[in-house]
Amino acid sequence: MFVGAIFFPLLGAFISGFFGRLLGDKVAQWTTVLCMVLAAVCGVSAFMQVAMGGHPETIVLLRWMDVGGLQVNWALRYDTLSVVMVAMVTFISTLIHLYSVGYMSHDHTIPRFFAYLSLFTFMMLMLVTADNLAQLFFGWEGVGLASYLLIGYWYEKDSANKAAMKAFIVNRVGDLFFMLGLALTFLTFGSIEFPVIFAAVAQHTNDTYLGINSIELIGVLLFLGACGKSAQLGLHTWLPDAMEGPTPVSALIHAATMVTAGVFLMARMSPIMEYAPTALMIVTVVGASTALFAATIGCVQNDIKRIIAYSTCSQLGYMFFAIGVGAYQVAIFHLFTHAFFKALLFLGAGSVIHAMSDEQDIRKMGGIWTKIPVTYLVMWIGNLALAGIPLFAGYYSKDAILEAAFAAHSGVGTYAFVCGIIAAFLTAFYSWRLLFLTFHGKPRADHHTMEHVHESPAVMLVPLLLLSVGAVLTGYVFAPYFIGELEHDFWHGAIFNGAHNHIMHAMHEVPEWVALAPTVVGVAGIALAFVFYMLAPALPRALANGLRPIYLFLLNKWYFDELYDFLFVRPAMWLARVFWKVGDAKLIDGMPNGAAALAADVGRGAVRLQTGRVANYAFVMLIGVVIFVSLFLYSLFKGA
Amino acid sequence: MNWTLALPEILLAVSGLVILLACVIPKQDTSYGGSMAVIGSLLGAAVLVMMQDEGTAFSGQYIADPFGRFMKLLCLAGAAATLLLAIDFNEREKLARFEFPLLALFATTGMMVMISANDLMAVYIGLELLSLPLYVIAAFNRDSGRSAEAGLKYFVLGALASGLLLYGTTLVYGFAGSTNFDKLAEAFGPGQSVSAGVVVGLVFVIAGMAFKASAVPFHMWTPDVYEGAPTPVTAFFAAAPKVAAIALLVRVLTGPFADLSDQWQQVLLLISAASMLLGSFAAIGQRNIKRLMAYSSIGHVGYALMGLAVDTDVGVRGVLVYMAIYLVMNIGTFAVLVSMRRQGKSVELIDDLAGLGKTHPGTAMWMAVFMFSMAGVPPLAGFFGKLYVFLAAMQAGYLWLALIGVGTSVIGGYYYLRIIKVMYFDSTEQPLDAATPGVGLVMAGSGLFNVLFILWPAPLIGAAQLAVAALVG
Repeated sequence: MFVGAIFFPLLGAFISGFFGRLLGDKVAQWTTVLCMVLAAVCGVSAFMQVAMGGHPETIVLLRWMDVGGLQVNWALRYDTLSVVMVAMVTFISTLIHLYSVGYMSHDHTIPRFFAYLSLFTFMMLMLVTADNLAQLFFGWEGVGLASYLLIGYWYEKDSANKAAMKAFIVNRVGDLFFMLGLALTFLTFGSIEFPVIFAAVAQHTNDTYLGINSIELIGVLLFLGACGKSAQLGLHTWLPDAMEGPTPVSALIHAATMVTAGVFLMARMSPIMEYAPTALMIVTVVGASTALFAATIGCVQNDIKRIIAYSTCSQLGYMFFAIGVGAYQVAIFHLFTHAFFKALLFLGAGSVIHAMSDEQDIRKMGGIWTKIPVTYLVMWIGNLALAGIPLFAGYYSKDAILEAAFAAHSGVGTYAFVCGIIAAFLTAFYSWRLLFLTFHGKPRADHHTMEHVHESPAVMLVPLLLLSVGAVLTGYVFAPYFIGELEHDFWHGAIFNGAHNHIMHAMHEVPEWVALAPTVVGVAGIALAFVFYMLAPALPRALANGLRPIYLFLLNKWYFDELYDFLFVRPAMWLARVFWKVGDAKLIDGMPNGAAALAADVGRGAVRLQTGRVANYAFVMLIGVVIFVSLFLYSLFKGA
Repeated sequence: MNWTLALPEILLAVSGLVILLACVIPKQDTSYGGSMAVIGSLLGAAVLVMMQDEGTAFSGQYIADPFGRFMKLLCLAGAAATLLLAIDFNEREKLARFEFPLLALFATTGMMVMISANDLMAVYIGLELLSLPLYVIAAFNRDSGRSAEAGLKYFVLGALASGLLLYGTTLVYGFAGSTNFDKLAEAFGPGQSVSAGVVVGLVFVIAGMAFKASAVPFHMWTPDVYEGAPTPVTAFFAAAPKVAAIALLVRVLTGPFADLSDQWQQVLLLISAASMLLGSFAAIGQRNIKRLMAYSSIGHVGYALMGLAVDTDVGVRGVLVYMAIYLVMNIGTFAVLVSMRRQGKSVELIDDLAGLGKTHPGTAMWMAVFMFSMAGVPPLAGFFGKLYVFLAAMQAGYLWLALIGVGTSVIGGYYYLRIIKVMYFDSTEQPLDAATPGVGLVMAGSGLFNVLFILWPAPLIGAAQLAVAALVG
């Protein structure tokens, strides 16, 4: 069961990837779906046994490396933290596989798509069940690879290729920090196995490296690594572009699972993070800033998927500042609920795009809610959950995050709380902006497209409905376990809270208005969106014209891409050109070319001796004898 | 006198005379029967070689030992294989005369005598017995001016080389008082002073032997003779006599003159380096594939001599392994060259191979194997040949020599790969004719040896090890 949850997806990827052509599209895709269903069954039952039953377990598969002091195993670590991820990943991945059967039905290389998707799932599972940093890094890079392959899935599209490369390169920046953190961990603890590290943290609190506290440094480095994968401020630029991939990919990788790997990493390393207060402060500030920053951009974007992408970025910010204030459980809870409603939103958006003949610009939609009622309904549910309206999943987790931030009673905590509240308002606003512009108002699409608007097939609707159920219920059902009174038994020590950390307790004792605030601003955001896009549609344009600099600033995503282009891309291009023109073309190519030309010349010279005259030949022989004799005699007399 | 020790040589000599008689008397063409009889007696001699006892005979002139056995088997195999290649070629070129196999047989007898020589006089006799038939078969195509020219050039230069060898022998005899290897070894043994006369004599002896091995600077005849002689003759030249000449160099230098190694080593180092360099550079511009093979063989002799020049057991073992592998890949290559004919007419330019990859994929594949092997690309046999001598050179501290070897291998890679490129990437309007089954058999046999050597190298290495032990121990 434990092994099956991880390796069924790999089996599916293997079959579909290598024998897809042989088996045909239908067989290949249903094989992967079947493998995923089996994995999900295993994953959910593992969840029941480990998290609900309280039986954590570690399964050692193979010895991987044994070099000097470094010993690393392939092992599956099943504790509550990882089993939550395993259950969530296998479950959502299964639904998305199913959805993809419908969504990708017109594609030409279906087995390839499903192989990638299953491969991604396997890598993600390897990541979350890792028992050491090396295996975690293996999964980390593996999901990066799968993400690259899937963003660039439509490789004949230039923009998709560029987005794939951008995602990969930006992630590499984060990975560099991850690797540094990994190396420093080994340097500090002499091991990268989690049990060894976690047991030894307390003894190493005073170690320093380059004059900085080692634990703090590890925390910061790992966080910077997490920033890359989880698209936090500074390294977020790849995520919106990653929407070039097929929509199920966006739902699975760039909303529900891979991007949350950074949050998972922070929670996994909680025993270290708890001893790194400065690192946690950095996490809080970056997370809170990202939450606000991404929400502001989300308000002015026009591409349906990009809006949701920025929303993802913003929600990841929430999770990070929850980590930052020490509420790891809450962060993982939000990760869990977010996976359901964000996957739902993306798949809903995919359904809309499908219906609108691949149109993604919400300015060219409108007036279609009667034509695709099921999609409309699930988008409502997703948005309600996202905005944190009571009883929906997001309400429980987001509220808890904001309460935790408030309860931290620190400078950065308050900063995070304020950012979070504003972002919550903006979230509600842009969510309903999306909803109103997409489904209501006068149809803005051309006649031809409107005629073809149709509800998606059942194979796509079933996953949507299942996810809707998740988006409604997961908060209410699981809140007691993740963050409520059953919390202690549920986590079973999978997450470590330091002796001074009472946040899990304190967050339940905040003033009444703090608990109410998110709901209030959420409703206010919806109301504003209603005014702007239903009652007075002229208002947004007037506002945009009136505050043109701000509008452009937001529309251009705070000019991050332009800034990076100026700071990094151009100098790198210049440097690369120098290396290419001078280093490669002149020096490296020049040497063999020159040597080849020289060899040819020497060869011509050597052949010239071959005159064909016997007398010359005899002369060469005799000269040779003379030289050798002189050499002999010389050495003989020198020796004597 | 234990004359039975020399049974293989005696068998060859006697059967040569018998076959001569048997072929002269009938009125009709007896070349095919003659060839077969010669191949048969070569194989018979090989069997006798394997059964041979160890020891010396003919007043210490003749020696039989595992080293001789190893080298003789190589020579016999090489001679037999090249004769097999010749039969069909000679028939089509209207060169089918029984004298050819017979001359080859006598030349082979000469090689055997050379390899078993334990006296400078026996060396000379063997060398001349080898050379005289070679002069004739170089000019075997009497109607071709080029062939006649080749024979004549070879004869003039060969006579010069023989003269050098004889002169060296007299010097050695004059200063050391003997021509017998065992006595010479005693005379130059530890503690004995070495006179300048002996040293000069040794240089002349080396020159005479290096001529047969076509090592620089005694190589000048090689390209002209290889190009001028009929292709099977060239194949014969490139295979067995070369092995015999190297064997002789090894025996003379590690036997009687072993204690003069300080002196001869420098000469051998120079010869080896110069051969490798010339072999690789001069081959670059060649258009005639036989001429290219001439330079290639000069280069290969350079690599083989590297093992001798470093003067270690491992090095000498490397020489033996190298020559064995060289022999096989050379025969394979010449099997392809012999089969190069267009509309019944023999052709020998590199460009004539164009399109072979499409028209005759089998032949092209084997040729590619041989070229890769000659260039020393792993996992083919040629790589291991080079590996052993380079390793020996590095172990003995001659890093510069090994580096030259590696450098020239890279340059050599250029012209070997060019042949592959021509075969597979150039196209032609007139395809070559298909190879005959006999030639195809030789091709496949040596090709398989090259490919499969990596799987089972132990027998060859072991035999070479045994031979070296007999020589030094």
